[in-house]
Amino acid sequence: MGNLVYLFAAYAVFWALTFAFVFNIARRQKGLQREIESLKRALETRQERACSQTSEVLI
Amino acid sequence: MIGKNYRLSDFLTWASAIVMIVALYLVFVYAPTERTMGDMQRIFYFHVSSAWVGFFAFFVTLIASLAYLWKGTRRWDIVALSSVEVGVTFMTMAIISGSLWAKVAWNVWWTWDPRLTTSTILWLIYVSYLMLRNAIDEEARRGRFAAVHGIVGFVSVPITFMAIRWWRTIHPVIIDSQGFSLATPMLITMLFCIGAFTLLYFTLLVHRVRLEQLADMVRWLNGQMVRWSDGRKRY
Repeated sequence: MGNLVYLFAAYAVFWALTFAFVFNIARRQKGLQREIESLKRALETRQERACSQTSEVLI
Repeated sequence: MIGKNYRLSDFLTWASAIVMIVALYLVFVYAPTERTMGDMQRIFYFHVSSAWVGFFAFFVTLIASLAYLWKGTRRWDIVALSSVEVGVTFMTMAIISGSLWAKVAWNVWWTWDPRLTTSTILWLIYVSYLMLRNAIDEEARRGRFAAVHGIVGFVSVPITFMAIRWWRTIHPVIIDSQGFSLATPMLITMLFCIGAFTLLYFTLLVHRVRLEQLADMVRWLNGQMVRWSDGRKRY
């Protein structure tokens, strides 16, 4: 029974490292996707504003 | 392209999950209990598979690094970096599980046996690869330096693999000149675990590559914002 603790520990370490790696990637991916969306929105807003200013000048 | 990547990573994720459950079944139910070590020997299946993935990941880094130096495209640099991260994670698992196994088999947590020593050096070489990347800001320079590190560092992989054949060691030799020294159900379990871990490696690699591509996109969009602002100021 005593030795089974080591067996359990080895598999626990394996799963802990795997899930830590996966969750870390998932968390960072979510953060980056949010950042991309907000940057795209900001760029679109700036472009729209610039277009409307240009057309005002032309008028 | 990104849509295709998402479908591929979803498929790989589900396939890996199923295959890993089957691997656990084989390890704990199908594989017979070893006579000398008892149930502790079951560490062996994931220990060997983790070490295999570590070696394989560093081999992929070698290929990607050579391709990066040849072609100079960022994609190969991303693959090399991602593969090192996955490889280091699996080598960490192999070293920790090996230490736990050593405690039972040799009654010590650690000994400076040739295999253990070369594995530690291998692990440190690739940890230093990641540190080197963090130390350089310029993208092209970082890619070139890391590629050279990835190529030269690979020398330690065959040395680690052959350490138990070249030098006197207490580490067991599973594959010798006569083939595998394992009972058939154990061999089937081991080969299945190696296959399952290889699939898991590709799954993690695809996810890690996508993360780096997203980071690149953020950098590109930030650059667009800066360029846009500069253009407006000049106007």
